[in-house]
Amino acid sequence: MNKTYPALAALALAFCATTASADKIKFDYWYGLSGDLGETLAETCNRFNASQDKYEAVCTGYDGYELVVQSAIAAFRAGKAPALLQSFDAGTADLMMSGQFYAVTQMMKDYNIEINWDDYFPGIANYYASSKGELFSMPFNSSTAVMYYNTDDLAAVNMPAPTTWAEFDATLKALKAKNPEKCSYGYEPSVWVDLEQYSSINNVPLATNNNGYDGLDTQYVYNTTSAVKHMEDIKGWLDAGLAEMKVSAGGMNSQEAFSQNICSFFFGSIANHSSLHLKHADGLNWDVAMIPTETAERHNSVVGGASLWVLAGKTEEEYRGVAEYLKFIATPEEIKFWVSNTGYIAVTKSAFDALTAEGFYSAAPYKGREVAITSLTATEPGPLNRGFRLGSMIQHRAEWLSEVQAALAGQKTVQEAYDTSVERGNALLEKFAKTYAGKTLP
Amino acid sequence: MRRAYFKNNWVAALMVAPQLIIVFTFFYFPTSQALYWAFTLEQPWGGGNTWVGFDNFAAILGDAYYWDSIWVSIVYAIGSTALSVIMALTLAIFADRQLAGYKLYRVGMIWPYAIAAPAVGLAFRFIFTPGAGLMMFINQMFPDLWNPVDNGTQAMGMVIVAGAWKQVAYNFIFFLAGLQSIPRSLIEAGAMDGARVLRRMRDIQLPLLAPTFFFVLVINITDSFTDSFGIVDTMTAGGPSRATNLMVYKIFNDGFQGLDYSGAAAQSIILMLLVIALTFVQFRYIERKVHYT
Repeated sequence: MNKTYPALAALALAFCATTASADKIKFDYWYGLSGDLGETLAETCNRFNASQDKYEAVCTGYDGYELVVQSAIAAFRAGKAPALLQSFDAGTADLMMSGQFYAVTQMMKDYNIEINWDDYFPGIANYYASSKGELFSMPFNSSTAVMYYNTDDLAAVNMPAPTTWAEFDATLKALKAKNPEKCSYGYEPSVWVDLEQYSSINNVPLATNNNGYDGLDTQYVYNTTSAVKHMEDIKGWLDAGLAEMKVSAGGMNSQEAFSQNICSFFFGSIANHSSLHLKHADGLNWDVAMIPTETAERHNSVVGGASLWVLAGKTEEEYRGVAEYLKFIATPEEIKFWVSNTGYIAVTKSAFDALTAEGFYSAAPYKGREVAITSLTATEPGPLNRGFRLGSMIQHRAEWLSEVQAALAGQKTVQEAYDTSVERGNALLEKFAKTYAGKTLP
Repeated sequence: MRRAYFKNNWVAALMVAPQLIIVFTFFYFPTSQALYWAFTLEQPWGGGNTWVGFDNFAAILGDAYYWDSIWVSIVYAIGSTALSVIMALTLAIFADRQLAGYKLYRVGMIWPYAIAAPAVGLAFRFIFTPGAGLMMFINQMFPDLWNPVDNGTQAMGMVIVAGAWKQVAYNFIFFLAGLQSIPRSLIEAGAMDGARVLRRMRDIQLPLLAPTFFFVLVINITDSFTDSFGIVDTMTAGGPSRATNLMVYKIFNDGFQGLDYSGAAAQSIILMLLVIALTFVQFRYIERKVHYT
């Protein structure tokens, strides 16, 4: 007898729990961040669910953007897609062409939720907007590439952080002269830093049609710009021993080489800022600066990271839930929670100003992250700095890497490598255009 | 020979139905889908596709780098199969000789097969790292001798060793079973006639092991074509400059990461045809030399 009561109580409790959660309207949210960042994202879901008595976000994490986009596509084709999807820069073109999404600006208008879209940094908003400027997805975890440097090493040669590549060259030589044993620049080929960011910052085209925004009949042209010279410079530094290859296949990537105080320079995403703070060799003093430019003229860098896409084919109730969630994460408190627990940047001007005003960016561990905003807002984005609206970006990135590896190993010149990479990239773009024959970019 | 058969064919059909349904659902249906996609340009998010005939195949086969990829896959298949078969055979012969501690050894040898390919790749990445451990020692004796980051041949060697290591355990089980099924009396008779270990191995054990050898060969070749992308992904990501870009890794890259479903489907069909052709060649020319009884 006395055994039955607890069992009944448990049953009743379970019943209550199910009815309570059944009252809430659930919607699915899939994201691609993993590790610490993924846990922080899961926490934003918990915070949302705790703040809500009407809607519940069911959040599922995947190991990487490629995997989450791939899974979402498979689910979408089977009619079981999530309502909200975190998708990365390279997935933008396919999603836009498919039309299988609910533009966030439209959705917020439909559900009468007031969001000041002009408050988003134009460099961030433009990447996810149509050619006419309508924002399609919700900017969320945004980053850009920056230059990390060892302050002690630079102080030893009495040099400030370089702002042009010519100064960077001089700095590398000075570092090598001072300490020939130390690796000055741990280099890891990155199409995002060495080509995409470079083209935007120096205002040179990556591809025709304003980097693909104006049509599908786009062709890559970076084998004719100063990007070639930049790559030749990198090869020159490697050949002269001023830079060293630091990649995972060799046992240590460039971030590890920097954080272990082995190399003096490292180029990477501002999102690495927090992990560098958490994990670095004792006695390492470091800071962040903007990526150097070719001439004194600087343009804005391109936003990286991912944005949130609302997928088509869901019920109105789910969309209302999604809209509430998006409204929730756009509040200043939530933006602050997100940026202080990750290395990502504040996506709205007001949140950034508020954080700056309260001194968020003037002390460790957040000091230096404002550099990313300075870099993203260096100029108003022009036709060559909005971003890239290019199909098959992942494969193009792989082609670029293979060709650059061949050039760095001395199998061909940089120009030959870039010519081949462009030619193969153009074949990919042509195929992409054919896949969406008869459709136009929105 | 006596044959047992069902008098009622419906009962027979019912008995094999579950297996057939599984085979059709998980093998033939996806294959037919891949075949269809290979002749179209498929939009990843649905929304239609265009029939393009043999365009996808023409584009792939007209690409010099794709032929490199085929060549690299064949090198990997032959290299890893040869290495793993030799290692497994050697180990199995020692285990079969019942040297001290062979029981422990017999069990221990099976474990590596349970390790997932990406984990194997990760472990071997540490072993072959130029900047630490054994390889750093070698690099200090002969500066810049080992550098798989730039050197494609070395990167390939590294991937082959990792792939072969993973396969050794599987081959070992079959070789050991094969060796143990050879009647002891034959070997003892050979020994009494004065044949030493190597002689007995060459004249008695290896010929009698031929069927096992053939089976292991076919399985290894097939496996190295279709199940190697985990190792490549963690160790080299197909690089440097496509030196380890195996066909199956390229499929994974184009289809699962780059969302080029049609191109990946066409490549899968080519890979399937290649594996079928190789298996056919093996059955046609090698199996004839195998005596089963």
